[in-house]
Amino acid sequence: MNEDAPLTPEEYRLISQYQQGLPLEPHPFARMAEQLRTSEDWVIETLHRLQEEGVVSRIGPVVRPNSIGVSTLVAMRVPPERLEEVAELVNRHPEVNHNYEREHEYNLWFVVTAPDEAHLQRTLAAIREETGLPMLDLPMLEDYFIDLGFPLSWK
Amino acid sequence: MEMKTLRHPQLDDPLQRALLREIESGLPLVARPYAEIGRRLGMSEAEVISRMRRLLASGVLKRLGIVVRHRKLGYLANAMVVWDVPDDQVDRIGRLLGRMPCVTLSYRRPRRLPDWPYNLFTMIHGQDREAVRAHVERLVRDFGLQDIPHEILFSRRSFRQRGARYFSLVSDNERNRDQTGRIR
Repeated sequence: MNEDAPLTPEEYRLISQYQQGLPLEPHPFARMAEQLRTSEDWVIETLHRLQEEGVVSRIGPVVRPNSIGVSTLVAMRVPPERLEEVAELVNRHPEVNHNYEREHEYNLWFVVTAPDEAHLQRTLAAIREETGLPMLDLPMLEDYFIDLGFPLSWK
Repeated sequence: MEMKTLRHPQLDDPLQRALLREIESGLPLVARPYAEIGRRLGMSEAEVISRMRRLLASGVLKRLGIVVRHRKLGYLANAMVVWDVPDDQVDRIGRLLGRMPCVTLSYRRPRRLPDWPYNLFTMIHGQDREAVRAHVERLVRDFGLQDIPHEILFSRRSFRQRGARYFSLVSDNERNRDQTGRIR
């Protein structure tokens, strides 16, 4: 997938209109097609392809943080020559979802999610032990953001 | 422990948990996705739809729709911008920033002194770094944040980017307690 590959205007319209408000009715894709003046098959095939290309991660829910399980943001100060190795150790845990290198003294940042606090703490302890590195455990205390999807319109 | 571990009352219902587990990694891309989910869970299509309405109305789900990977859409720069806001101002400023279109997350998190002084975390996206810096400058100017220390942490590489999957991690015990008749 070419990262610069632009979406066609039709694909762009599909994505920007349905980041929220997926129709909750028996034939949601047919309804979307009607609103976009296209066919149900086109909607389904396009979503399928964008998902395969990695532009779309899923058609589904965004769950409010901490309403189901628990999560935390972890920061680590990793010696640069160990960064890839440590990132890989961290990624071995299915509890890890986002994992980024950032340009800072704390250079590895990832989110750990678990069904309960004990599970979360076990995962953090395992990562500490496997990497031999200390970490900042930065759980969310308050969510000030109302998620309306990714802002495609202010390009 | 400071972390909030509220489980929403909606999720005391094992069928709601089963439904969430079924949909969290995405709906099936078929003409009648809710009927398909219902088939897997032994529920009618109408019941799936009304349960999903409740998950949305109660706030367990923030939204239901197409979830994009922004890096694939040309928003190549993504910065975590962290702020050290006095405690009595953090709610107000967190909400202000969270409403701006360039901001895609706004969370309060604990300081970890002396290593980490910042208590407000925002995510700011832009097509390049200059765009992100310009957004930050404008936020500082528009909201009068000149006295609030901040740092911009640009991301260099993504080692993993995917949605949280809560239920695929639930222990087998928990799964067996669900009264859905279907255990994946």
